[in-house]
Amino acid sequence: MIEETVDSAAIASASTKRKSLWLLAIRNPAVIFGGTILLLMVAIAIFAPYLGTIDPTRIDPAMRNKKPGTEITLRLDDGSTVKRTAYMGTDTLGRDVYSRVLYGTRVSLIVGIAVAALSLAFGLIIGMVSGYIRWLDGFVMRIMDGLMAIPGIMLAIALVSIWRSGLITVIFAIVVPEVPRVVRLVRSIVLTVREEPYVEGAISVGTPTWTLMMRHILPNTIAPLIVQGTFTAAAAIITEAILSFLGIGIPPETPSWGNIMSEGRTLFRIFPHNILYPGIFLALAVLAINVMGDGLRDTLDPKMSKKV
Amino acid sequence: MSSDTTPVLEVKNLSVALPPGGDRTNAVDKVSFTVKPGEIVCLVGESGSGKSVIAFTIMGLLAKALRPVSGEILLQGENVLAANEERLRELRCTRMSMIFQEPMTALNPVMTCGDQIDEVLSTHTKLDAAQRKAKIIGILTRVKLPEPERIYASFPHQLSGGQRQRIMIAMALVLDPVLLIADEPTTALDVTTQAEILKLIAELQGSQGTGVLFITHDFGVVAEIARRVAVLRWGELVEMGPTEQILSRPQQAYTRMLISSVPSIHPVHRGVRLEKETVLRTEKLGKTYSAKSFFQKARVVKAAVDVDLDIRRGETLGIVGESGSGKSTVARCIARLIDPTEGKVFLGTTEIATISPSRLRPHRRRVQIVFQDPYRSLNPRITVGDSIVEGPMNFGLKRDEALGRARKLMETVQLDPNALDRYPHQFSGGQRQRICIARALAMEPELLIADEAVSALDVSVQKQVLGLLDEIRQRLNLAVLFITHDLRVAAQICDYVAVMSQGRVVEYGAAEQVFSAPKHAYTKSLFAAAPGRNWEFGKFAAA
Repeated sequence: MIEETVDSAAIASASTKRKSLWLLAIRNPAVIFGGTILLLMVAIAIFAPYLGTIDPTRIDPAMRNKKPGTEITLRLDDGSTVKRTAYMGTDTLGRDVYSRVLYGTRVSLIVGIAVAALSLAFGLIIGMVSGYIRWLDGFVMRIMDGLMAIPGIMLAIALVSIWRSGLITVIFAIVVPEVPRVVRLVRSIVLTVREEPYVEGAISVGTPTWTLMMRHILPNTIAPLIVQGTFTAAAAIITEAILSFLGIGIPPETPSWGNIMSEGRTLFRIFPHNILYPGIFLALAVLAINVMGDGLRDTLDPKMSKKV
Repeated sequence: MSSDTTPVLEVKNLSVALPPGGDRTNAVDKVSFTVKPGEIVCLVGESGSGKSVIAFTIMGLLAKALRPVSGEILLQGENVLAANEERLRELRCTRMSMIFQEPMTALNPVMTCGDQIDEVLSTHTKLDAAQRKAKIIGILTRVKLPEPERIYASFPHQLSGGQRQRIMIAMALVLDPVLLIADEPTTALDVTTQAEILKLIAELQGSQGTGVLFITHDFGVVAEIARRVAVLRWGELVEMGPTEQILSRPQQAYTRMLISSVPSIHPVHRGVRLEKETVLRTEKLGKTYSAKSFFQKARVVKAAVDVDLDIRRGETLGIVGESGSGKSTVARCIARLIDPTEGKVFLGTTEIATISPSRLRPHRRRVQIVFQDPYRSLNPRITVGDSIVEGPMNFGLKRDEALGRARKLMETVQLDPNALDRYPHQFSGGQRQRICIARALAMEPELLIADEAVSALDVSVQKQVLGLLDEIRQRLNLAVLFITHDLRVAAQICDYVAVMSQGRVVEYGAAEQVFSAPKHAYTKSLFAAAPGRNWEFGKFAAA
């Protein structure tokens, strides 16, 4: 009989073969591209006051509808005047579009991140419960089917008429129809993983259900959830812009890309800059998140991509 | 017979390179062999020996990452390595054909079987529809499918695994190719079906004079079907010769080791049962699956019916049977991974079939299970040490003590205790199975269930793991429930054997008695179908 012993050197070399997926992920060009733009957006959101902006809500009737690049004169509270260039022009109330767009980044990113985080959190909990506790499954999933049938925009209109428009209402309205998608994803993963022999092995050594879920089942859902999260965030940013554009999202005094575009709509033909610049930012943010999501999926979930 | 004719296939000095970073430079290294008309040549080797790579190279179906770097493959004198894609397409099916391991996935599920064979004919011949149909019915009859007309119109899912493999063979042989490559064509099939398919391949190639390159890891199949055998290891040809010579007078040490690892079908003699303590007893154990659906009538499947088993301390009871016979269901009911629907399971004196999960928990420790697939039995995200200590820690052992126990167990299963902080992917299949055994033993169980625990392993590794299991059983005086489809394995390890068919135990008795004088017709057919049953492997004549 040939003795099979562990060759430590062979094992050590084997360990270097399987690099960490996360290391691979951050080397993926799509992730680098999307991540860089996204980091830039985050920086803009955080440092908006220091990027040559003025109060985005400041109304100046004398300086209405200036084209991008126009020199404008600001009258300060102490009566002195300051000259500055309106890089992106001003809107119909004389507010500086550049400042509004930069401050608007805050709203969009908050909505994107909050919606992604909330829908992932709720989706994960409900999905785990639904996938693991068999008798609850049918009941929970029918409720989820029901939630999925609610269009986000309709729900937002209803909520705004009950409460008032605001960030929380918008986030809630987008999260509700988003949760069932995450639930379905998590549930399908739990259903496959719970049949894995290593999970059954853990059951047979008497692992309590809670430990079993946290230790053996939950980690399998992380990678797909992060991928799903990026797409949810991108969709949420767009939905927020749509809601604000329709006037049922963020209150008009708060700058958000949707609000700016909504207000610029009436004079769109003469002064396209009111829609152009927030539009570019919106498109860029969504593109960056989606590209990053694709890159993450390619590395974290090779089954879904052609490249291995 | 036709040994002096020119070969249909000549593989000369073939090397296929692996992509950089593989475990070796070449998947196939300077391999040469020939297949003559009307001859069955077996390529035998363990997993990773490069046997399938050779088959795929011949067919021109090699994955992009692999490329042939030297040598030539002559199909009736034509070098297929030099042929372009179009020429290869012409050659496939007309001159060379291949059948695969998995008849489930090799057929298109949305096309009828007839249409799939028809596609071959309409691509390669100018026959009209009626002629094609006649030819297809002809070949379906030749591969001995019942009611060829009905099969012609059937979809793959309506047929059994054996029937599907017959369809594959019909498709491969419909244009009378000179070379048939069979890549583990019977590995996914039950033993009785396997015997029929082997017989069919032998008959068809005999009548057509087709050269067959048969790839297998199973020496039983080799003994059944091969004229000549080529033994591969790590991409190199170790030894080649007539079957009889290779099996009884192998020249190379590796071949000898491989062949002597094949378990004998004759059970080893074991002592008579002493009045030992009963560890497990089942009484009319049954499991019925009913798929209830809101819109449909409930479908009821009886996976296990009236199963009575009895295992004493220090004994191994084997449950043998074909796929779907209910053997794994019984094991999982006993381990309470699924809840039995009828009957009782006594663990010592405790009845565990019906007690609630919270009352069951203290008894979980007493029954441990080792699964078939070593690649899925360990959580890939935690170290093997954590996997082993998880159970004892669930039952209140401190981590340090549990780790100490794990280190001892690693020695018991002949692994390096320092490897505890490594992850499962750093171990081979055999090593992982040892770790699974260690994880089970860490619970100090009374009953160890091995559910096809050695079926996924190569024969040489299988022998080691079987030896280990038996040693552990003796040392710890364990009761073992051994589930297997492999009669040879059962013969080597079991004291008692229960033969299951369609959810019922059809024969139950001491292994020696069941193997030497099977009573039930099903048991008899099972033994009659075991490949290479007349061959005593490992009893070598003087070289």
